[in-house]
Amino acid sequence: MGRNARRDPRSLPARVLTNMWRIRRFEEALEELFSRGMLHGTMHLSIGQEATAEGACGALTDGDFITSTHRGHGHAIAHGGDPMLMMAELLMKDTGYCRGRGGSMHIADVAAGNLGANGIVAGSMTIAAGAALTQSVTDSGRVVLCFFGDGAANEGSFHEAVNLSAIWKLPVVWLCENNLYGMSMAQELSTAGGSVANRAGGYGIEGLAVDGNDVVAVHDAVKGAADKARSGNGPTIVECITYRYRGHSKSDRNLYRTQDEIDRWRDQHDPLARFEQRALDSKLLTEGDISACRAQAAADITEAVRQALLQPDATADDLLESAYA
Amino acid sequence: MPETLAYSAAVRSALELLLEHDDRVFLAGEDIGVYGGAFGVTDGLIDRYGPERIRDTPISEDAIAGMAVGAAITGLRPIVEMQFSDFVVNAMDPIVNQAAKLHFMYGGKVEVPMVVRAPGGGGTGAAAQHSQSLEAWFAHVPGLKVVMPATVQDACDLLLSAVADPNPVMLLEHKLLYKTEGPFVRPKAPTDVTEPLGSARTTRAGTDATIVGYSIMAVRALEAAEQLAERGIDAEVIDLRSVRPIDHNTVRASVRKTGRLLVTHEAPTAGGVGAEVVTGVVESDALDYLLAPVQRVCGLEVPMPYARDLERAVIPQVEDVVDAVEQLVKA
Ligand SMILES: Cc1ncc(C[n+]2csc(CCOP(=O)(O)OP(=O)(O)O)c2C)c(N)n1
Ligand SMILES: [Mg+2]
Repeated sequence: MGRNARRDPRSLPARVLTNMWRIRRFEEALEELFSRGMLHGTMHLSIGQEATAEGACGALTDGDFITSTHRGHGHAIAHGGDPMLMMAELLMKDTGYCRGRGGSMHIADVAAGNLGANGIVAGSMTIAAGAALTQSVTDSGRVVLCFFGDGAANEGSFHEAVNLSAIWKLPVVWLCENNLYGMSMAQELSTAGGSVANRAGGYGIEGLAVDGNDVVAVHDAVKGAADKARSGNGPTIVECITYRYRGHSKSDRNLYRTQDEIDRWRDQHDPLARFEQRALDSKLLTEGDISACRAQAAADITEAVRQALLQPDATADDLLESAYA
Repeated sequence: MPETLAYSAAVRSALELLLEHDDRVFLAGEDIGVYGGAFGVTDGLIDRYGPERIRDTPISEDAIAGMAVGAAITGLRPIVEMQFSDFVVNAMDPIVNQAAKLHFMYGGKVEVPMVVRAPGGGGTGAAAQHSQSLEAWFAHVPGLKVVMPATVQDACDLLLSAVADPNPVMLLEHKLLYKTEGPFVRPKAPTDVTEPLGSARTTRAGTDATIVGYSIMAVRALEAAEQLAERGIDAEVIDLRSVRPIDHNTVRASVRKTGRLLVTHEAPTAGGVGAEVVTGVVESDALDYLLAPVQRVCGLEVPMPYARDLERAVIPQVEDVVDAVEQLVKA
């Protein structure tokens, strides 16, 4: 349960489910706006990966930080971001999170602990180490959760950041979203040793691989890692195995994987369907509750889009004053 | 008869020629195989040349460039692609500290014949980390050559010349140019092309003012000159093509003729290549021919914003060049 879900008075499973649906509906709304030519540039959708975002952020405490990636809409929503302000940003509004300067890849909500999405693969990893250093030297009791992709694990800064966090015992959780591909390159082809979690051993830290489409499993793994970090016992790599349904970005022709594979993940491993089934089976939610969660999420996103469209457009008027503090 | 071809296809045709004629040539980069490259430049090449010569790499820019240095000094001819020129920043050590310096440092005993291709520039809504024009960074480094083709023909020819060159060459292609089409004469062999790197081209003769641009601004400059002609101003346009080395002589000769100089690039003004072009004029006798202060029309001093109107405001447009030349001629 991310911050949004924590503030919701309903039962925990209802909150978690609603928030995962918010992420999906947000991404779908963007697809729709994109197809109508209302967005600029490209975007990276996280449909299929909702449980990783929600499970991970849900294991954090108010005041904890995240750093995000180019595929960051889900992280932002899970960590309590306001979908209206995100939508306004994407719609190039002056009241959007970044006043129209950042767009999809750079959503940040520093006040709420989202230190920002990043267009540079692995670009946030050393930043996360630094943010964790602040927590360590100020004894803040807060942790930093750094989202990064399987592809990012092959950047040099992965090594430098993880090593630093290990020797300095920084309160950071390295959350690898392994969606099996870095753009077109299959993770098994790009990653020597086959596993990001296994690399942890080389740094003398713990590494876990979990089912990233199981929101409870992600939550539990991250909770453990965050507790450990908070109590001064250093970082953990938590590798969440998940899958993105859409192309890498809008220009992807999906030539590097089969439709069969996509269908199999969507039909058999969908994180939302799985959590719904689990909640039904364990009688945590009824069919009626589930419909209500879905309806709530859909209504929230519809309202976010409606309000975002009413916002004033970003203007270039004070652009030149924007580069320096 | 020239055929009509897209810029990206012209780059690809140069790559094909090189792969056909030179076994030492190989390509490496992120998603250049089945994906065809982020901008489709290498589309289909893996089917013809296989994964050994069209090497998909992990997301490891430092290793891509460093590997190219190592391969180049031991006899191969790597052509590597940085998916966006912004990511070249992750590979600055191998390019700036290694590739650029080995020939000199090792007393001329090694050559580093490698080419780094990288799409740059804005206008795609990709915001601050995917829209930069970083040529001035590389133009500042002795040992590198920096080439920025504007036309379809040059997209092919300058790449062939870059690979033939025994030095490391940065080849920066503007993303918005990839889809532009133009006349193209297909070379039969890489050796058909003997364009030296570092020569500018006068793309329009004129008498009233000299406009110097490169990459997409060379294209916009030409459009501006056509509009200026309708207003009775006859501008000369120079496509610099290479920003290291810079062909100062062509610029000076033009300024001696027109007496007015405007330099334009998409990168921000401060510390940009334009300053070097202007200095090349004022350090020579061409200074005496100037009838008005020189002008620069460049990107605003801010990172590239996302929103369409903001992005447009930051990037120099045709009308900005037209307006500035009009002012220059009135002055
Ligand atoms: C330094 C750098 N290199 C390359 C890119 C282009 N790029 C953006 S996302 C991406 C794939 C990233 O893969 P992964 O880390 O697995 O994240 P995913 O997209 O799967 O969420 C690539 C190659 C970039 N943005 N930054
Ligand atoms: Mg991935």
